[in-house]
Amino acid sequence: MQYAGFLFLAFLVGGSALGVILIRNPIHAALFLTINLAGVAALYLMLQAQFLALVQVIVYAGAIAVLFVFAIMVLIPGKEETGPDPLRAQRWLAVPLAGVLLLEMLLILRSTAFQAPPRAVGPAMGGEPLYRLLLTDFLFPFEVTSVLLLTALVGVMAMTRRKVS
Amino acid sequence: MVPESYYVALSAGLFAVGVLGVLIRRDPLIIFMSIELMLNAANLALVAFGNRHGTPEGQALALFVMAVAAAEVAVGLAIIVAIFQLRRRLSVDELSVMRG
Repeated sequence: MQYAGFLFLAFLVGGSALGVILIRNPIHAALFLTINLAGVAALYLMLQAQFLALVQVIVYAGAIAVLFVFAIMVLIPGKEETGPDPLRAQRWLAVPLAGVLLLEMLLILRSTAFQAPPRAVGPAMGGEPLYRLLLTDFLFPFEVTSVLLLTALVGVMAMTRRKVS
Repeated sequence: MVPESYYVALSAGLFAVGVLGVLIRRDPLIIFMSIELMLNAANLALVAFGNRHGTPEGQALALFVMAVAAAEVAVGLAIIVAIFQLRRRLSVDELSVMRG
């Protein structure tokens, strides 16, 4: 049963990822990206990361997808890549290069470094241990993240304001 | 229970698709979406490895990656919109000089 669910989600996520990079219309690509992010959220649920699945839906499938759609609307809607590609040879070189990268990653995955012993079965996953970890060991990165978000906010405001005036 | 190696293999595939998208597309918006695909693939691998070891560290790292991705999307899209207002065209091949 779990295998069937994983297989379905894997095809959903992989197919929508291919849709993002192969569809010509940017708005369709944004919708495929939303499907992809929601599928990854479901995969988090299968990995017993409920909090992360929730954050994924709110931040990625909510905020980031809306931001992409908004940016596409601000730019020319439905504008496609025009004209012949001046670097067509490089484009055909890209496919085998990505294939080699995938092969390399799968070979690393099969190597002995990842044949770890099976995990000690315990409830030390998401939920309370995660929140405790975020506010103790990872407190400094947590605060730095808030500074980063504030910096990005102020930077975007400053950048767009100068363009308007 | 699906073994974690399946999740990591799926994450490797997603990462390769993202790299392919960055390499073959010229629209900066699509390139940006491909970068999001790659960040998501890394997140999936982090959560899968954290699940294998039974510790919440992987999920905490994935949470930070999400926050950085949110900031990156906001700044990146603002830059793309600014470039578009300057040039009226969107193609990364034309952005080879840093003059305004």
